[in-house]
Amino acid sequence: MKLVTAVIKPYQLDAVKEALHALGVSGLTVSEVQGYGRQKGHTEVYRGAEYAVEFVPKIRVEVLTDEIDVDKVVDAVVTAARTGKIGDGKVWVTPVEDVVRVRTGERGLDAL
Amino acid sequence: MPPINYGDTAWVLASSALVLLMTPGLALFYGGMVRTKSVLNMLMMNFAAMGVVSVLWVAYGYALSFSTDRFHGLIGGSDAFGLRGTFDALTGADGDKIPVLAFAAFQLMFAIITPALISGAIADRAKFGSWILFVAVWTTVVYFPVAHWVFFFDGGNGGWIADGLKAFDFAGGTAVHVNAGAAALALVLVLGRRVGWPKEKFKPHNVPMVLLGAALLWFGWFGFNAGSALAANGLAAIAFMNTQVAAGAALVGWIIVEWLRDGRPTALGGASGAVAGLVAITPACATVEPIGAIALGLIAGAVCALAVGLKYRLGFDDSLDVVGVHLVGGALGAVLIGFLAAPFIAGTGGVAGLLYGGGFTQLGKQALAVAAVAVYSFVLAYAIGWAIEKTIGFRVSKEAEIDGIDTAEHAESAYDFAPTTGSGGAFALAGVGASRAPRVDEAEPERSGEKIPG
Repeated sequence: MKLVTAVIKPYQLDAVKEALHALGVSGLTVSEVQGYGRQKGHTEVYRGAEYAVEFVPKIRVEVLTDEIDVDKVVDAVVTAARTGKIGDGKVWVTPVEDVVRVRTGERGLDAL
Repeated sequence: MPPINYGDTAWVLASSALVLLMTPGLALFYGGMVRTKSVLNMLMMNFAAMGVVSVLWVAYGYALSFSTDRFHGLIGGSDAFGLRGTFDALTGADGDKIPVLAFAAFQLMFAIITPALISGAIADRAKFGSWILFVAVWTTVVYFPVAHWVFFFDGGNGGWIADGLKAFDFAGGTAVHVNAGAAALALVLVLGRRVGWPKEKFKPHNVPMVLLGAALLWFGWFGFNAGSALAANGLAAIAFMNTQVAAGAALVGWIIVEWLRDGRPTALGGASGAVAGLVAITPACATVEPIGAIALGLIAGAVCALAVGLKYRLGFDDSLDVVGVHLVGGALGAVLIGFLAAPFIAGTGGVAGLLYGGGFTQLGKQALAVAAVAVYSFVLAYAIGWAIEKTIGFRVSKEAEIDGIDTAEHAESAYDFAPTTGSGGAFALAGVGASRAPRVDEAEPERSGEKIPG
């Protein structure tokens, strides 16, 4: 099993969600995060004083998937999240040892 | 006894309410500029002035400011302590008589907002009790006498600036704005910089709140300036029009500076510019013509936009630019009367400024009035602030300042929608991070043997 984690532009969340839904992904977790990559932050000016806003708001999407579908999931997220501009984000994949569905106690692939 | 003028009385009472509204407006204007963790303290510093000064005003403030002069135009007497003796009295010129109590209510609102203005200079770091004490003492020994100097006309025997020097200050450019701005500078020096300033960011937490505050100030300012005619007449009308056009011109002046210097006009700059223009037109609103008010506004907006940057060069943490807007703007407005006083405008009584062929006389009087109020207020504010700092302390602890003055001084926090503490997020739904009432099963002392938490 794999965990696909994507950090994307907030505006792209709907597109990513739709793309995953179309793939048949049944659940995902999103969280509001802040950070910067190569694009860094931006500058704001208040009464002539400059403030560097280093951390940009982003959305983190996390999806659990089996190993067969992982490439399709990654492609779907990347395609949906891409605007072509700097700051589009990153997607990475990590191995998952086990998953348990809390309600039933099912484990592994059955719990996905 | 000459008859009361009902129209004038209605206007002065309505203006009093307008001027009162300026203090909550100021609270929001300042409150939006501080950080989330100190907005309640900033609001309360202003609201507290509404409480404390109202009491002092009725007890003795009105008497010291506006009862018969006792000493060379410097201070009033004890004739009207508790407002005694004013209940049936009328004041004003024949045909424009209003109840003394209406005038006293109107002037009370000025006495409230003047110390409130100072609060922005020492945001995030003043002990609340020490601030209350400062407001009470400064209002007593500085504002009440200065209001007597500037606002008390008594047929040549009134305040020394009003009746002796005859400098123009129609609605309080010196008595309110220079006075508060100079005191603000003194307190900045006494209290020192906030922890981390200027290296750390002190970004305004709610710019829409700043604009809401500026809007309320602008609205209330019509009472402040046009109400100062103390009559519903042509003088009020010219003051009203000049107030509007100067605020507008100053908004334009401020954002032009930003556009040229920073590349972008900002919302905070627009709000600040309007306020700077309102400050500058306050002394001058009944002595300049509307074209003059436009010039005055443009100059005030541009100059104040440049002046607020000086604190970084000088190293003064005048947190919300009280000096750069109120001392600079008030002084500018008062001095520009010396240039722009138009003899055909009612409030001048025929006196002409430099640009209207009047020579330097009035300019000198204006400068002297500004200097006298600024020096008096600065010196006494410094002394009062210093004495408070050396006795009960004026600054909160470093820990309290870093954790946030709202919780340290008031045991409250302003907002409840931060991700980990608020009511909107998943953490809040689980009660994580937020204080919560004990559940019934947790709160049975017999079973747990412990005290009820919280």
